[in-house]
Amino acid sequence: MKYSALALVRGALTGGRHWTPAWRFPEAKSRYQVLIIGGGGHGLATAYYLAKNHGVRDVAVIERGWLGGGNTGRNTTIVRSNYLFPESARLYDFSLKLYESLSRELNFNIMLSQRGLILLAHSRHDLDSMARWANAMQMNGIDAQLLTRRQVAERAPLLEMSPQARFPVLGGFMQRRAGTARHDAVAWGYARAADACGVDILQNCEVTGFTRDAHGAVTGVLTNRGAIAAERVGIAAAGHSSVLAKLAGFALPVTSYALQAMVSEPVKPALDTVVLSPGTGAYVSQSDKGEMVLGASLDLFPSYAQRGSFAITQSVLAATLAIFPTFSRLRLLRQWAGIVDVVHDSSPIIGATPVPNLYINCGWGTGGFKGIPVGGWTLAHVLATGKNHELAEPFQLARFVSGRLIDEAAAAGIAH
Amino acid sequence: MMQLSCPWCGAREESEFVCAGTAHIARAPLTATDGEWGRYLFLRENPRGVHLERWRHLFGCGQWFNLARNTVTHEVLAVYRMSEPPPPLPGSRA
Repeated sequence: MKYSALALVRGALTGGRHWTPAWRFPEAKSRYQVLIIGGGGHGLATAYYLAKNHGVRDVAVIERGWLGGGNTGRNTTIVRSNYLFPESARLYDFSLKLYESLSRELNFNIMLSQRGLILLAHSRHDLDSMARWANAMQMNGIDAQLLTRRQVAERAPLLEMSPQARFPVLGGFMQRRAGTARHDAVAWGYARAADACGVDILQNCEVTGFTRDAHGAVTGVLTNRGAIAAERVGIAAAGHSSVLAKLAGFALPVTSYALQAMVSEPVKPALDTVVLSPGTGAYVSQSDKGEMVLGASLDLFPSYAQRGSFAITQSVLAATLAIFPTFSRLRLLRQWAGIVDVVHDSSPIIGATPVPNLYINCGWGTGGFKGIPVGGWTLAHVLATGKNHELAEPFQLARFVSGRLIDEAAAAGIAH
Repeated sequence: MMQLSCPWCGAREESEFVCAGTAHIARAPLTATDGEWGRYLFLRENPRGVHLERWRHLFGCGQWFNLARNTVTHEVLAVYRMSEPPPPLPGSRA
């Protein structure tokens, strides 16, 4: 059924009885053309674009837990494309452009709010490096605007701008097209749209191994619900990519870390933009529900536990209160962590693996949510055609042999 | 917050330490191919389970040491010095 204001009114008048589930809960078939491991945003987007862009509808998405229950449901919901290098700028801005039309495309309100993102400069060095950063973005055709101290203060009046400030704000820069989107809705929207195209979404289905032919090529997967054959398999499993790679017999340049986030109790609108202070590590926005959403830096030791350390929680709260002193009266409502797949150059890997018929989309590290549309788009392309999408060409595993890294210090924003 | 046992200072809070990644990585020889060198520099097992790793008591005595730590439960299974081989552990790659 198509969602619309009219459907909402009709639903209200008929007691809400005509609503149908947004996707099916099918039994697994024994064979698919393409299997995708990971039912988060990237996996579901891959399935949708396989069907939509390439007409490949014999597809299943395998998810160990529930849809969007991993990092898609654990991030700070921020979308932006303020990257430094041309390769990254193209990739992330393509993603942001897909986000801009996604609600209409999927007939699902992802609640995109392009409220802008301000990066704060706390020192002369910050001002210089942000000028370079903003110039690089403009050279790449992406909107960026340097802000004076006064302009920053006007946009975020609650910022600590007093002469006694521990971290004085000297200025900053802004990407106006950046903002937030409802993270669950992105997963649900892609799931519903993919399901409508005939994609099977198999939840509570954990991959336990791969089946291989005599030449070592992948011919399918073993799961806790039986074996499923496929011509091609794609992995979109973020922090658990190494676990799947090991099952398939290869290693990745990935280390898994916990990245935490937290929200305060909801309050009335007080902050209508996203504020990122790379110098202190504060990353703050206000959700549509009114919660202050605080992002953190990584817990810098390898972890697969989906919970963060209080040492980092404490430093994030201290950083946030240093730049927003009035938030000290807020109570913290929830704190959690997702397991992110960090690679040495902070750039993703989208393409073939050393194992024939097996493809991967990983390495987004702390910034996977903003990359969901383009991650799905480019993985779908290589799964359907066997050739890398032009945008994904620089982001191959081979760069870790050739040395042609795309070292996006800007990608992290917060210290990696 | 984890509590880690420095071999010299005893149990201290995690925030006094920094982790320096996987231990016991053998440096590739100068004759290594690009592939071997890339493997040495970048490829990591990144296990879900026991991980042998280097830590430094940065905000304490400054000494380095090794840990065998479970990456799922964060349980520390062994603490040993840089010069020592990893102790035998169930499920470790040693």
